[in-house]
Amino acid sequence: MKRGTWHVARITCSLSRKNMAKQIRIALRNCGVIDPERIEDYISRDGYMALATVLTELTPGAVIEIMKKSGLRGRGGGGFPAGLKWEITRKVQADQKYVVCNADEGDPGAFMDRSILEGDPHSVLEAMAINGYCTGASKGLVYIRAEYPLAIDRLKTAMKQAREMGLLGDNILGTGFNFDIDIRYGAGAFVCGEETALIHSMEGLRGEPTVKPPFPSVEGYLKKPTNVNNVETFANVPVIINKGWEWFSSIGTEKSKGTKVFALAGKINNVGLVEVPMGTTLREVIYEIGGGIQYGKEFKAAQTGGPSGGCLTKKHLDTPIDYDNLIAAGSMMGSGGLIVMDEDDCMVAIAKFYLEFTVEESCGKCSPCRIGNKRLHEILGKITQGNGTMEDIDKLRNLGQVIKDTSLCGLGQSSPNPVLSTIDNFIEEYLEHVKDKKCRSKVCKSLMQYLVLPEKCIGCTLCARNCPVNAISGERKQAHLIDQEKCIKCGACLEKCKFNAIIIN
Amino acid sequence: MAKLDSAASLSQMRDQLKVRNSELSSKDSPQSTIQVKVTMATCGIASGSRPVFDYMKEELGKRNIPALVTKVGCMGFCYAEPTIEITMPGKAPVMFGFVNTKKADEIIERFIRKGETIEGVIPMNYEIA
Repeated sequence: MKRGTWHVARITCSLSRKNMAKQIRIALRNCGVIDPERIEDYISRDGYMALATVLTELTPGAVIEIMKKSGLRGRGGGGFPAGLKWEITRKVQADQKYVVCNADEGDPGAFMDRSILEGDPHSVLEAMAINGYCTGASKGLVYIRAEYPLAIDRLKTAMKQAREMGLLGDNILGTGFNFDIDIRYGAGAFVCGEETALIHSMEGLRGEPTVKPPFPSVEGYLKKPTNVNNVETFANVPVIINKGWEWFSSIGTEKSKGTKVFALAGKINNVGLVEVPMGTTLREVIYEIGGGIQYGKEFKAAQTGGPSGGCLTKKHLDTPIDYDNLIAAGSMMGSGGLIVMDEDDCMVAIAKFYLEFTVEESCGKCSPCRIGNKRLHEILGKITQGNGTMEDIDKLRNLGQVIKDTSLCGLGQSSPNPVLSTIDNFIEEYLEHVKDKKCRSKVCKSLMQYLVLPEKCIGCTLCARNCPVNAISGERKQAHLIDQEKCIKCGACLEKCKFNAIIIN
Repeated sequence: MAKLDSAASLSQMRDQLKVRNSELSSKDSPQSTIQVKVTMATCGIASGSRPVFDYMKEELGKRNIPALVTKVGCMGFCYAEPTIEITMPGKAPVMFGFVNTKKADEIIERFIRKGETIEGVIPMNYEIA
């Protein structure tokens, strides 16, 4: 009988799991629900209640204790425990401290922070004020990319409304607490998402990182203690106060609590912004929420963490996604970009694409990142052009490791990840490029040949007439021929041919 | 807007707003109205939600259908933008994807006015904390 009960319990359990929504929106709770330009809408959904509770009922120490117990970790990439950061900033003695919101979202394909700021700007302002109360800061700064004009507009509107209602400024809610927020604009340099570079950029200096310690919590903006948190991290704070740390820490895995917002992009049916509990598997995200791969093609890899992350493959499909598992799989959480790739994507070309980005965005201050990444990119270029050797693959591995170990900041320390993880997981593709001079996904143009199948070609001359470089010759009604020297591999002939007589070799 | 001078005045304001909102969406209240939310984050606007927003606002007025049309942030369904959400009084919200002015017209005439089931509904796949 016991066995029977167990069996029934398991069935009900699996049924309810199946019917359960996979997504829980905490950071995005108000996005798409409220009018972001009406503070009343935010207040009607318990907006600024967390701030009121904190100011009237809790000591800064008690709030920090709640944050620590909640297990909230930084959502910008590093995953540093938020409560601990707050505590460190609080403990430093200074006449002035700052709260900074990092809204310099720079990963290609990531738009979580923009969506939060455009859909629910007040939640970030409220959390910054709470942070100010805890750390002893009276001034907040939002560092945001100038490329986000709508987010900036809505943020400004929100700040104006909050000031008018006495929720920002002097003597907030009659409690004697003063806190106000200002905006600083970033010019869109990827490295400025790194907190020390961000602070330098706010000070009007070059956006270059410096060695930590001292950490910004101790010595940051204008040499004062500065608590830097990401937009999504802040957006979680008011809910934690309102609903309690017990509720928040009941969601997620042992070491990663709460939810994570992912910008789901690439070869997936339902491209979108999703928020799932930590510990959700890649399979659930891609197939259940994302609706599977486009055109029924085969899943090859998912790139997480943008240019700093690595690729997850089929064998990682059932790994629960959290900070530590992603690191163990050779990738990282990053800010939450999740780009899905299918069989048509060449992993060598993908690694080269990300390196191109890092080379462009490296600030140039330290040589491993400045020179090393350039060399990595060149070697990848050589391989995709069919000139690679086996030594090149070893060089990529060694050099990648050296760059990781010796770079000054997070950008260089993580930039070889796309290369290293694609070598680890897709070594056969590298070998094909190097040994067989072949690109199985038909992406690397130098390794491709467009050929006319003489038995299928009827000599209609359509391809020859459409070839932009006159590389195709042949008499009317006779099989044509493509001059490989002249061919630029644009694919115009393949597209025009009505008889499937042109193939890619 | 009047300044809030205490935590109590904030929670009082919140309670009033909550009552107002529940009256808006309740079936029996004299304040009850149809609520239309149009996603207008950068992505929604880029895929054409602004004309849809204007159209809904104008046409619902012209056709004498009492409705509250608001712009909201991202609902997360990038693949189906522009998306709009309609809440009929006393009913659960229904979300539509790929909405242009032609679709908006169909939504007004068939879904809102006649209560018919029409195509283009996106199933809600998340819960809100």
